[in-house]
Amino acid sequence: MAKVSKESYLFWYETMLRIRRFEEKAGQLYGMQKIRGFCHLYIGQEAVAAGTITALKHEDPIITAYRDHGLAIARGTSCNAAMAELYGKATGCSKGKGGSMHFFDKDNYFFGGHGIVGAQIGLGAGIAFAEKYKGTDNVCICFFGDGAARQGMLHETFNLAMMWKLPVIFVCENNFYAMGTSVERSSNVTEIYRLGEAYDMPSKSVDGMKCETVHDAVAEAAERARKGDGPTFLEIKTYRYKGHSMSDPQKYRTKEEVEEYKQKDPIETTLSTILKKKYATEAEIEAINERIQKEVDDCVTFAEESPYPDASELYTDNYVQSDYPFIID
Amino acid sequence: MHTNQLIPIRLYLPLLIIIMTTRKIAFRQALREAMQEEMRRDSRVFLMGEEVAEYNGAYKVSQGMLDEFGAKRVIDTPISELGFAAVGVGAAMNGVRPIVEFMTWNFALLAIDQIVNSAAKTLSMSAGQFGCPIVFRGPSASAGQLGAQHSQAFENWYANVPGLKVISVSNPYDAKGLLKSAIIDDDPVVFMESEVMYGDMGDVPEEEYYIPIGKADIRREGTDVTIVSFNKMMKVALAAADELAKDGIEAEVIDLRTIRPLDHETIIRSVMKTNRLVIVEEAWPFGSVSTEITYRVQKDAFDYLDAPIRRITTADTSLSYSSVFVEAFLPNPARVIQCVREVLYK
Repeated sequence: MAKVSKESYLFWYETMLRIRRFEEKAGQLYGMQKIRGFCHLYIGQEAVAAGTITALKHEDPIITAYRDHGLAIARGTSCNAAMAELYGKATGCSKGKGGSMHFFDKDNYFFGGHGIVGAQIGLGAGIAFAEKYKGTDNVCICFFGDGAARQGMLHETFNLAMMWKLPVIFVCENNFYAMGTSVERSSNVTEIYRLGEAYDMPSKSVDGMKCETVHDAVAEAAERARKGDGPTFLEIKTYRYKGHSMSDPQKYRTKEEVEEYKQKDPIETTLSTILKKKYATEAEIEAINERIQKEVDDCVTFAEESPYPDASELYTDNYVQSDYPFIID
Repeated sequence: MHTNQLIPIRLYLPLLIIIMTTRKIAFRQALREAMQEEMRRDSRVFLMGEEVAEYNGAYKVSQGMLDEFGAKRVIDTPISELGFAAVGVGAAMNGVRPIVEFMTWNFALLAIDQIVNSAAKTLSMSAGQFGCPIVFRGPSASAGQLGAQHSQAFENWYANVPGLKVISVSNPYDAKGLLKSAIIDDDPVVFMESEVMYGDMGDVPEEEYYIPIGKADIRREGTDVTIVSFNKMMKVALAAADELAKDGIEAEVIDLRTIRPLDHETIIRSVMKTNRLVIVEEAWPFGSVSTEITYRVQKDAFDYLDAPIRRITTADTSLSYSSVFVEAFLPNPARVIQCVREVLYK
C-alpha cells in the first residue's frame, strides 16, 4: 500500500462525514416532503467516494448513476448547491432541473448523475475518448452499480474501451443489491470483476469499506490509464445501510446483515486510525464535527431561502440554439 | 473611390460562382463533401461507425476519408450500436464533435436509449452545463425488398423528442448544405438519408454553402393544391405533380427537409393560397409527421380549407418481402394523383 498522508486521512474523514450528515439530513427532509421525486442515499458507501478523490486529479472527469450525491460532494459540489438541487431551487447544482438523480457540476468535472441503469458506462468511455482525442492526460472514472453490470452496455463498452485503450476506470460499486435483487439472484457470475477478464481488461475486487484500499486501487488504475495502457475494471465491494430509494421495505435482507456492515463503518474506521496515528486530537476532531454539522444545517437554510426557478426556465437549456421555435399551442 | 469600385464586383461574385461552378455529383459524394469540408475546418469533428474507414463505407459515403484524415478521425467500430452511440455522446459532452454513422436507422434502434435519454437530455438535465454537439446519420426507410426489419422510417419518432433536431433530405444539394449545418450545430441532430438515393445525381455548387435547419423548400410552385413530402417520397410527389400538370392541375410541392423544428409557416402560407393539402410520407400512419401537420393546418388555416386534408402514408403493416407487398405498401404517384383529384372534387 502506498504511504497515505495525514492530509488524506483528514480529507477522508471530513468528506465522509460531510456526505453522511448531508444524506441523513436529506433523508429527514424527504420524510417531511421537502424533497420529492426519487432519492437514493449513499450512506455506507462513503469510502468509495472519499478514497477515489485523493487518487485522482481535479481535472479527471467523474460520471456516475443516480445515487450521485456522495460523489458530487466528495468532488467539491457544495452542500448548499446539492441541497438546493434536492429542493428544486434555482441555486441548485443543476438549477433545479436535475433533482437528486441528475447532479451536474462542470467546474468540478462532474459529468452527472444518470438515470438509466448502465447508460453512463458508455458515456464514461466517450468522455475518456474525448480526453484521448484532445491529447490530455486526464482519466475518466465511471461508476455504476452491481445492477448495471448486467446491462449489455457494459459488454459493448468494455470491448470498445479495451480495443481503443481509452483512459477510463470503470468502477462497479457493488453494494450487493440491485434494488431488491441480490447479486446471486442476478447472474451465475457473482464475482463481478471477472466480467472484465473476458475483454482482457485488468480487473480486480476491492474492499470498499476502507478509504485506503479504494485509494490504492484507483491510483494504480489511474497510473495505468495515464501511461496509455487503457482501462481498468474495479469491483469495489461496499454496502448501503439505507434502502434502494426512500420507499424500500428492505425485506430482501436481514437486520443482522446490515448491522454486520455497520461494524465496519468507514467513518469510524478512519477516525480510529487518525486518533491512533495522532493525526488529530480529540478536540480537533470535535472541531471538524461541529464545522460539518454547521455546514449541513446552513445548507438547509440556504435551500429553504433560495428562490425557485422561474417557470419559463422550462424552455431554456433544451437547445443551445437560443431562438428554437417550440410548438406552443 | 477604390472601395466603391469593389462593391459591385463583390455583389455579383456569388451569383457568378453558382452559375459557373455548379456540377452534377452523386448524393453520397455530396454527403462526403459536407463531412470533409467540416473536418478540414475543425479538428474536433470526426466520423465513427461500422465500416466507415477501411471498407470505405457500407454505401461508400465515406470513401477516401480514411486516407485523408487517418484512423484517429475516421473510426471503424464493431457492431455495437448502443456502445459506439454512447461513446459518441460522452465524447460530445466533453468538447469534441462526433459524426456517428448508422448503417441504417433500423439498427439505430439498439442505440435509441442513448439518442433519447442521453443526447437529447444532457443539456436540459445539467441546466446548460453539458451540451451534446453530435450528428447521428444514416439511411432511413425502405430500400427494395429488404423485409420487415430493414425497411422502417423513424423521422416522426425522433421528431417527437425535445432536445433533438431531425433532418431528412431528398437530393444532393440539400444533403450537403444541411449536413454541413448539422455538423456545425451545437445541438444533437438526427440526419436521415436513403439507400436508394445514394447514387442520385444532382446540381451542387463547387463552393461551400450552408442550408439553414428548419426551413422547408418549395420545389414546385402551384396554385391548385399543396403537396407536402420529404426524403425519397419527394420523387413520388414531384412525379405526381408533373402528371397532374398535364391535366392543367398545378400543384405546389413542398420539401420539408427538416422535420424538427418543422417549418409550419411555409406550409400554412401555401395552403392559404391553394386551399387544399395532400401529405405524402413514407411512414406508418399513426402519429406520423402528416398527423402533426394536419393538426397545425386545421388550427391555423381552418377557414382556408376547401377540402379535408388527405395523406398518403405506407400501409399500417410491417413490410413483407414479396414485390407485390412492396408495391401495395408504399405511396406511389397514382395514389397521390387520385388523392389530389379527390380534394379537388375532380
